[in-house]
Amino acid sequence: MEESSSRNMRREEAKKVRQKTVKKRSTEEEEEEQDEIFNFNKKPAEEEEEEEDEDLSDSEDSVFSGLEDSGSDSEDEEEEGSNDKEDGDDEGLKTGPEESEQIEEEKGGVTHKKQEDEYERDSSDEEDIRNTVGNIPMEWYRDFPHIGYDLDGKKIYKPIRNKDELDEFLDKMENPDYWRTVHDKQTGSDIVLSDEQVELVNRLQRGQFGDVNFNEYQPQVEFFSGDLMVHPVSNRPADKRSFIPSLIEKEKVSKLVHAIKMGWIKPRRQDDDSRGRYYDLWTNEDSSILAKHRMHLPAPKIPLPGHHESYNPPPEYLFTDEERALWEQQDLSDRKFPFVPQRFSSLRQVPAFPRFIHERFERCLDLYLCPRQRKMRVNVNPEDLIPKLPKPKDLQPFPTTQSLVYRGHSGLVRSISVSPSGQWLASGSDDGSVRFWEVRSSRCMKTVQVGGAVRSVAWNPNPSVCLLAVALDSVVLILSPSLADRQVVSSSERLLSGQQEEEPAEGVGPVTWSEGEGEELNQGIRLKIQHPKAVHQVAWHAKGDYLASVMPDHSSHLQVFIHQVSRRRSQNPFRKNKGLVQCVSFHPVRPYFFVATQRSVRIYNLVKQEMTKKLQANSKWISSMAVHPGGDHVVCGSYDCRLSWFDLDLSTKPYKMLRHHKKAVRGVAYHRLYPLFASASDDGSVIVCHGTVYNDLLQNPLIVPVKVLRGHVITHDLGVLDVTFHPTQPWIFSSGSDATIRLFT
Amino acid sequence: MGGLQKKKYERGSATNYITRNKARKKLQLSLPDFRRLCILKGIYPHEPKHKKKVNKGSTAARTFYLLKDIRFLLHEPIVRKFRDYKVFVRKLKKAYGKTEYSDVERLRENKPSYKLDHIIKERYPTFIDALRDIDDSLCMCFLFSTFARTGKCHVQTIQLCRRLTVEWMNFVITSRALRKVFISIKGIYYQAEVMGQLITWLVPYQFSHDHPTDVDYRVMATFTELYTTLLGFINFRLYHSLNLLYPPKLDSKTESELKEEDEDDYAMNSESYLEKLSALSSSLARVVSTAEEEEAELDQFPDEGEDIEKLEAREKEQKQLEAQKKLFDGLKFFLNREVPRESLAFVIRCFGGEVSWDKSVCIGSTYEVTDETITHHIVDRPNVDKQYINRYYIQPQWVYDCVNAKIVLPVEDYFLGVTLPPHLSPFVEEKDGDYVPPEKLKIMALQRGEKPAHGQEDEEEEEDEEEGEDEEEEDDNEEEEDDEEEADEKSLKKMEEQRSKGKSLQVKVTPGKMKVENPARLEEEEKAEEKRLAIMMMKKKEKYLYDKIMFGKKRKVREANKLAAKRKAHDDAEKSKKKKKTRK
Repeated sequence: MEESSSRNMRREEAKKVRQKTVKKRSTEEEEEEQDEIFNFNKKPAEEEEEEEDEDLSDSEDSVFSGLEDSGSDSEDEEEEGSNDKEDGDDEGLKTGPEESEQIEEEKGGVTHKKQEDEYERDSSDEEDIRNTVGNIPMEWYRDFPHIGYDLDGKKIYKPIRNKDELDEFLDKMENPDYWRTVHDKQTGSDIVLSDEQVELVNRLQRGQFGDVNFNEYQPQVEFFSGDLMVHPVSNRPADKRSFIPSLIEKEKVSKLVHAIKMGWIKPRRQDDDSRGRYYDLWTNEDSSILAKHRMHLPAPKIPLPGHHESYNPPPEYLFTDEERALWEQQDLSDRKFPFVPQRFSSLRQVPAFPRFIHERFERCLDLYLCPRQRKMRVNVNPEDLIPKLPKPKDLQPFPTTQSLVYRGHSGLVRSISVSPSGQWLASGSDDGSVRFWEVRSSRCMKTVQVGGAVRSVAWNPNPSVCLLAVALDSVVLILSPSLADRQVVSSSERLLSGQQEEEPAEGVGPVTWSEGEGEELNQGIRLKIQHPKAVHQVAWHAKGDYLASVMPDHSSHLQVFIHQVSRRRSQNPFRKNKGLVQCVSFHPVRPYFFVATQRSVRIYNLVKQEMTKKLQANSKWISSMAVHPGGDHVVCGSYDCRLSWFDLDLSTKPYKMLRHHKKAVRGVAYHRLYPLFASASDDGSVIVCHGTVYNDLLQNPLIVPVKVLRGHVITHDLGVLDVTFHPTQPWIFSSGSDATIRLFT
Repeated sequence: MGGLQKKKYERGSATNYITRNKARKKLQLSLPDFRRLCILKGIYPHEPKHKKKVNKGSTAARTFYLLKDIRFLLHEPIVRKFRDYKVFVRKLKKAYGKTEYSDVERLRENKPSYKLDHIIKERYPTFIDALRDIDDSLCMCFLFSTFARTGKCHVQTIQLCRRLTVEWMNFVITSRALRKVFISIKGIYYQAEVMGQLITWLVPYQFSHDHPTDVDYRVMATFTELYTTLLGFINFRLYHSLNLLYPPKLDSKTESELKEEDEDDYAMNSESYLEKLSALSSSLARVVSTAEEEEAELDQFPDEGEDIEKLEAREKEQKQLEAQKKLFDGLKFFLNREVPRESLAFVIRCFGGEVSWDKSVCIGSTYEVTDETITHHIVDRPNVDKQYINRYYIQPQWVYDCVNAKIVLPVEDYFLGVTLPPHLSPFVEEKDGDYVPPEKLKIMALQRGEKPAHGQEDEEEEEDEEEGEDEEEEDDNEEEEDDEEEADEKSLKKMEEQRSKGKSLQVKVTPGKMKVENPARLEEEEKAEEKRLAIMMMKKKEKYLYDKIMFGKKRKVREANKLAAKRKAHDDAEKSKKKKKTRK
């Protein structure tokens, strides 16, 4: 209590002193002083107004602190003055340290007193001096008429009337300083902020320093500058480690030394001068290495350019439009040149070749990627390839020129046959007639209309009879053309009639025999042998009594019949169907029977009634067959242009395959006496070959083509259909699809 | 009974070959390295005779190498270098990754490198072997020397190639070895004869290249690596065989002459020497300076086996060769700036001519345009403003044609603005039956020393035509026979008709004409028929071969005929044009 009282005392004293000083200053100065204060607070222009404001505030003060006023008993004057002062002080308190300065200045000479004052206030635990309740929530005094106690322990009363909303609003509307008025909860008074205070608040809000005079951007003073200072920055003595060698470095060095010793790190290499890089590499050429490279093939050189590649080639080497189009269409690999020949009128116009690098690169690829091979280039003279054959001249006689043409048929002539005497030629044609020609004069002696396309004709080879077998449709006719002397004719008649008695003994088989009647007899048709199917070929036995006929049929075993004319008997020698029979033939001397099917030729022994041999023809489809008069050799023609020549003693495979014809071979024939055989083909030619077989087995048979005979005109893709030799002369007859028969001699 | 069962593919051809992948694994190399090794060592794949057997029953497409070859590669020291390089790259990467730049530098300095000397020696045991195989290396080096320095390959490689090619050209000039030149649309072909070997190379035109993207430059670079080494050694040896200094030095005389001119205009000091060398205008320094090389007289060794004619022919050839070497002796050329300087200078100097060019074109020009002694001025433009009277103004083709013709051709056809005669390939050697362009005949006539006459050309053409007709006649021969037969038949037919038509017709008997038979012709025909019959009897295999040969022959004839016909058509068109012009 004493302390506080003494304080109070002091306060009182201070107040008094202040008052005294104020009084000391003359009253005339009062005005000025007032001015000064305001000058400090506000702009001078607003001075008047401010003054009024101050007055107003004063009044307000009085209004608000009326309690206080009223509460004061004595020393009204003093109070007045102090009140004024206190107001100012109050403001100073709110706005912080700045205020103290103001006050300092304001106070002028009484600074020391002031300092004391300030010091007192500056303590942090004492915020507001007028209200001594301390830093408590003011709500606690809500229900009391006072809001605290002043320094003297008196109650500080709330203002009589609290401002309500209306007052607030009116104040807001009327009071121009409303925006700068702040309510002080502790004193319950409103405080109007001065301009300076507002400015301070603004600055703080902007994040600036409160002090206006503080310069944020003062020039920096470099502490560590490049200049050598007289005194050290730090006067610390150097470390010990700076005087002794580093262990880590030592370790590193020792590692390097070790690496060098071990050869891991190599010393720096000397740059070898590139100019001295070359020397005489081949000073001692040694050929021993050569042996190692025997397998090595040097790469072939690039072919040298021709006229085509010239920048100014002769005009004939340039491409025409068609050639160019062709070149563009062609595949890269098919092109003859990889470039188009071009012509430039002068050297300066020649451009760079766009594929130059490509070509070099391709060459590189060739060099290391292409397998190399020694290719044996055939440097053969084509003449050497041609086999040396005996001259055809030496192999004469053989037919060489066409000498006669037999005309008269109107259809293609399918078959021809020469009489054993060689005087007569019989031909069967598709026009349904059989004609008899005199060979030497090419005169048609006789024409027999048989009424159907004639497939095959065959003279009886027996010279003592004169008979002709004709195959047409499913009938085989036996004609007696009576083109011989009387004896022969009569003997043939006898042959035909001799069997008459036995005929009734013949049972009804698949084949029926009948005699020619009426008109037919006049024409010379003596016998008709009716077959179940179409007959393709007839063939006589050499003795002239037996006759074989062929009816090709896939499904039946009734393909071949052997007829005996003298006894008018027919028999089917085969029980099984062994394929489509193409043609048959009798062995000229021995009792053998040749049956040609599509792929092979079977040889049957007629006496033993068994198959003795099967010849493989090596062709797709046999068309014709001929047996050598000696019976040792067989020739087969086939539709796939081949001719196979068999030696029966040697092998079942053909000894020689001849591919002379361009088209299907239609007929083959052997000469009776001369070593000749011939083949007729659809390409319109007849090729005559010489075929000698020597008795000496060591010598190979000589088969030489000696003549190509042409003459027939190809019609309907068919050329020569049949070919046959003259029995005694080296002549050959051929019949063709152009309805002619030709004789070559 | 029996023994162990024999396993398949453990003997025979299957064991002689190895697939590429297996070979690679055996050598422990990556594919690029294997490729490089094969290129350097000259190993190429082999095509086995029975692929399926070698492929162990599979028919997949594989490349096979001979096992022997791969075993041979196993002992190659370069393989180790390849591996070293791989390690080096790995170390370098590591150092970079750790940003240890001092290590990087150290590693770089010790970059492993290899030499190819032993490989060259191994691949080409003798010098002649190497010379024989130099074509490709020359082509490649000439190509690489024209590359721009733009990262397609190392700059050093380009420079080295340039150096080597310049050295080669200088050697060819000094030894006067050039024989033939051919300007093609691809580039310029040169053929030189060095130590009896014909060496042909192709130089591209001096344009910047349009680098294709589908070309593996690594492969090309590997080849170049090998080729530069080879060419370097060959150059060394060749220079020493001529007593020349290697690396080449210019003659001291000429060098001093050249020094006078200010060199700064052209190149840096380091480069100017190579530039001067590549100017090809001056001769090279010799180890032993000889004033004039004595021509070694060819001794005559009359050999019993050899005919005198052959000997004479050889002598004549030799003489011709000597003459060709001195083709341009005494002639002074001046190159205008638009002609390909290097090629022309090279060719002219190879045949003893003197050559110069404008000072601003290239270093090394020896005389000016104004020189009065210039005999030929090579120009490739329609006309020249200022012409000197005492020299010929000709187009560059003249030089090349002269070289190929081996004589100095008349210059009339090559004047400025004149349509040039065709440039023919000197590499084509016509055999009989081949088509020979008329220009070639003309040159041949000139070579024989005949005076070119205007009528001659036409005559030749006529001859050509006749030849063509002959050929046709031959072809016709076969047909004629048939014709005759047909004619016979016709006459027969007629007679027969007459006969059949009737005996009522008056029978006229006209005196028969003696059929004149040419016995020679008959014989010929007989022979032809004989041949035809013999051909029929040929075996299948031989027939096939024969047909093939004959087909080839016929095709040749056909092509020759086609060319001749084209030429004729062209000439006719030209003639008619001329006539029209004259009429107008």
